[in-house]
Amino acid sequence: MLAAPGYVMASVGEEAHVLSDGGALAQYAGILMVLPFLAMLLIIFLGKRMRYDGAEFAIGAMAINWLYAVALFVLNITQGVARDVQYEIGRIGVVGEHELAFELGWVVDGLSTMMFVVVTTVSLLVFIYAVGYMKGDVRVPNFFANLSLFAGSMLVLVAAPNLIQLIIGWEGVGVASYLLIGHYWEKHENSSAAMKAFYVNRTADVGLTLGTVILGITLGTFRFTEIFEAAEAHLPALTGVAVAAGLLIFFGAMGKSAQFPLHVWLPDAMAGPTPVSALMHAATMVTAGVYLIARMFPFYEDIAAEARTWILWIGAITLFVTGLLALVQNDIKRVLAYSTVSQLGYMVAALGAGGYTAGLFHLWTHAFFKALLFLGAGSVIHAVHSNYMSDMGGLRKSMPTTYRTFVLGALALAGIPPLAGFFSKDEILATFSHEGATLVMWLGIVAAFVTAFYTFRMVFLTFHGPYRGHGHPHESPRVMTVPLIALAVGAVAAGWVNIPGVFTGFHHWVENRSVFVAQEAATGFDLAALIPGVIAGLAGILLAYLVFYPERKSQAERDRLEIPVLYPLLRRKYFLDDLYWYGVASPLKGPIARGVDWINTYVIDGIVNGVAGVSFFLAQFVYKGLDQRGIDGLIGGVSAAADAAGSSLRRLQSGRVQHYATGFVLGTLILVAAIAFFR
Amino acid sequence: MELFDQWGLTLVIFLPILGGLLLAAIPRSQEETIKRLGLLVTAGTFLLSLGLLVGFDFGSASEFQYEVNAPWITAINANYHVGIDGISLPLLILSTFITLLCVVYSWNHWEEPRNPKSFLILMLILETGMNGTFAALDLVLFFIFFEIVLLPMYFMIGIWGDKTVRKIPGFARETETRLYAAIKFFLFTLFGSAFMLLGFLALYFRSGVSQARTFDIPELIGIASNTPELFAGQFGWLVFGAMFLGFAVKVPMWPLHTWLPDAHTAAPTVGSVLLAAIMLKLGSYGFIRIALPVLPEAARDWAPAIAILAVIGIIYGSLACLAQTDMKRLIAFSSVGHMGFVMLGIASLTDIGINAAIIGMVAHGLITGLLFFLAGSMSHRYHTREMGRLGGNMKLMPILGGILAFTAFASLGLPGLAGFWGEFMSLLGAYNPASGLSLTVFRTAMVLGAIGTVLTAGYMLWMLQKVNLGEPKAEWNDHHFNDVDRFELAAWVPIIILIVIVGLYPRIVFGASTDAVIELVGNAFGSSPTAALGGG
Repeated sequence: MLAAPGYVMASVGEEAHVLSDGGALAQYAGILMVLPFLAMLLIIFLGKRMRYDGAEFAIGAMAINWLYAVALFVLNITQGVARDVQYEIGRIGVVGEHELAFELGWVVDGLSTMMFVVVTTVSLLVFIYAVGYMKGDVRVPNFFANLSLFAGSMLVLVAAPNLIQLIIGWEGVGVASYLLIGHYWEKHENSSAAMKAFYVNRTADVGLTLGTVILGITLGTFRFTEIFEAAEAHLPALTGVAVAAGLLIFFGAMGKSAQFPLHVWLPDAMAGPTPVSALMHAATMVTAGVYLIARMFPFYEDIAAEARTWILWIGAITLFVTGLLALVQNDIKRVLAYSTVSQLGYMVAALGAGGYTAGLFHLWTHAFFKALLFLGAGSVIHAVHSNYMSDMGGLRKSMPTTYRTFVLGALALAGIPPLAGFFSKDEILATFSHEGATLVMWLGIVAAFVTAFYTFRMVFLTFHGPYRGHGHPHESPRVMTVPLIALAVGAVAAGWVNIPGVFTGFHHWVENRSVFVAQEAATGFDLAALIPGVIAGLAGILLAYLVFYPERKSQAERDRLEIPVLYPLLRRKYFLDDLYWYGVASPLKGPIARGVDWINTYVIDGIVNGVAGVSFFLAQFVYKGLDQRGIDGLIGGVSAAADAAGSSLRRLQSGRVQHYATGFVLGTLILVAAIAFFR
Repeated sequence: MELFDQWGLTLVIFLPILGGLLLAAIPRSQEETIKRLGLLVTAGTFLLSLGLLVGFDFGSASEFQYEVNAPWITAINANYHVGIDGISLPLLILSTFITLLCVVYSWNHWEEPRNPKSFLILMLILETGMNGTFAALDLVLFFIFFEIVLLPMYFMIGIWGDKTVRKIPGFARETETRLYAAIKFFLFTLFGSAFMLLGFLALYFRSGVSQARTFDIPELIGIASNTPELFAGQFGWLVFGAMFLGFAVKVPMWPLHTWLPDAHTAAPTVGSVLLAAIMLKLGSYGFIRIALPVLPEAARDWAPAIAILAVIGIIYGSLACLAQTDMKRLIAFSSVGHMGFVMLGIASLTDIGINAAIIGMVAHGLITGLLFFLAGSMSHRYHTREMGRLGGNMKLMPILGGILAFTAFASLGLPGLAGFWGEFMSLLGAYNPASGLSLTVFRTAMVLGAIGTVLTAGYMLWMLQKVNLGEPKAEWNDHHFNDVDRFELAAWVPIIILIVIVGLYPRIVFGASTDAVIELVGNAFGSSPTAALGGG
């Protein structure tokens, strides 16, 4: 392997501060990516023989990774690391003066170290939790092998110093997602949900792929650093295609981060075991799209500003319309799934509005409180053996730890101060206000009301009132509650790292130093956004209390409160699933595919067989008596030869081939003669 | 060492057929000896080809190495001219590698009517034909090797193939699948070859205008670059068309592909593997080795048509897959799509596109070869290939099912595994094709090709769902299934490892091919077409 020397990225810009190359710690950061794959292989080959079915390997690898990630994070906070290491894995051709090459490596900067910490922290906690949750499952080793595959791929993704490696990690997490959603593949609906997730993402990936193609061929490089240099220089060849490339890449992000109208796979993805939903479909994998936009942020800033408008509005539509869908769900995980989509909308919209730090801040806090909510939901599901809130109720007494941590997560999601979600959501709303996206800000405030409403609807239906399920639910084991408590700490405190006027370093912590862009510091409290935002959250909780707090209203009364037209529309999920199924998937699989096969059999092969038939007929006509047996056999293809076994068959057939060969040689000779003659 | 330089390549070509002759002398009853000898010969050939790899000078990968040029048929100035460069080296090694694994797999998988002796002899003849095609630098020699492969494959399909009797549309009587498939395969290919030969002869006679007539490929390329007008115009267009028919049938390109699903479905497992893994590449290799460099101007004229047919193949092949009920037939149709990407890369006439074709060929050889092994082992155990009857394979045979899932993901072009590079790079090539080619055509092709990757995922995952997932059907309740045996593992694990290595370290192919391709494109189509764009 040809080792390209790691180099320190130059820092330019007015606020340039001294950056460190991160020393040996950054030099060997690639180990973060390797360990989970090693764990995966160990689990595949040894998992069945281990006491905990190989979870030891997954957890061990992730524990080391977590320590490494925290070390990098601290190093970055204290010194400001910018390191980019790339190894060539293949030079494929020449583009202009550049030799286009594929490379693998890692980048250590604010953005990647923040993601390292998020990914490894949530992974580690979820892995531990899963030991309890998956106890007695049909295939635990598979589960942990796939989780390790996910964690490794996710780290490959966030460490990527170029688009090629990003795509490798990107698809790797997609496969892990497919495998884990379909963990219970005995049931057809689960494997279908897994396929749906893969298809929707694959469709979006067409955008990412083509965007990468355009940038790669236009610039002769896939490296982020060089792409951003070209963007900053407004290279003429780039300006013409930048918006197209930016939009295509964003289309890819819309798949992974479940943006409207490509969000449809995420609620179905809840078919996977709950730890998977917590880790991948809430905290980490689905943020890959947000991460991609953040990584490409300098590009969007410098040269593809028009694409940013699209990002803003797709995010705004998503945060608003998908939150509403959570209102009508009975499955607790689907409530959380739609909530996740909506929160991802906030992050995407924030980045679209130019709020780099705000978007990433929400990614950071959301990872903690949403993973907490999912694991809490998993704890409940584990206890009542049902996903449906109609089978729950009154669980606060039997499951006190789950209840307390869940409420903390819910308050954080509802944006109630001083919990984590308050600070990040407020910063996003402040960004909208600051950037003049007033309409989006009000959408965000209304959606915050909706968020608080469905969140506490869920809390009340699950934990309050009478128990509607079967059996006697009891609290989950320590191995599950300890991760809940750890995440609850995050859900409360994760926002305190970025309090305007108090702690202001966060924007430096998450800097994208592929090119040093001077990030604006937190915009400060914007009372015009803050006050309505908090009021919306409180109002949402209050309304949920009025409607769903036990004994306050009967189910019939609640039903009467439903808004006509809107609620039926929500129950049908805006008819998007119907559109995709009846409009795309079903016709392709059915009439179109069958039509193609029909063409193959009756048109193309019809011609082929027809030509063959006619030639045989002519041949028989001309050579009748000369070689009747061989040709006759050919017409039907059967004759006595079909029945004759082994050697006699061989003899017969070789006889035929000789005829063709003779004819072929004769024909060739005639052709040669003809050419020689006419030349 | 000098001896090896002179004889190594010739040995790699002819050792298999010599081994075949030796086998012919051993009585049929001595099966063990026959199998061992077959293994010895293919292993020896593979090791020799590795020797070629070790001695290969990667610094001058664009030049022919281990070159031998000896007079052969002096009357028509046909010579025994062989040599390998960075383009043929990976394919030659693929050929010796896969053939060896086929022998390993065959060890305990003989299809009726058994007869390992004849089967191995045919396989060895086939190997000589394939290796020879990748090494030949003389058109007559190329043609002979190209055609040699037909006979063994014809017999493999016709004798060891699928004996089901079925109704063929357009035929009066019911026919045995293997007979129909074998004859169709043979005649189809022969049809194309006749035109190809015509094209070769035309080149031969035309080359005599300025010098002694020649079949020599490097010489013809030299003529093409020194006196481009000689092979230009209508002459070139027609000759390219003739070669196109020959190569396109083999690839196969839409709509000349219909022999392929039949041949694959009917062929015995090893036959399918060799057909998919190597024989299909003879066609696309012919384009790169002969058609493009000798007739660059005609290639420009034909490129848009090739690109359009390639993309039709991608979309059409994938859609046809979705309509299949026979697992093997589905995999066969997937080749139409995958080879479509290879041809799209070639049609772009760029270094990146042709490089895409080369790594695409290697990847397809590994992945689809493995898929056919798996399909063979599945139908060996279930005695059916009907996906409607399969299901829950993961439960019955977890290792086989796991390998099938891995290979299916590789086949749908998962980044990080071998199949990704070819697809991705052919899109790279199509985005900016050689100067003078229509951007509209190629960029449309690029977008459609990218959409094709979604359809590929579509049928591959659908197949997995049908075959691997769900509960096993009731009819298998009392069956006992043996998961993979050691011969299967011995044949498959090397392929799996290579799929991962090529996926993560494609330099294993590009290290040889890139320089050769850049040189080829530079000579034939001028400097890199994207040079005008400059860089960042």
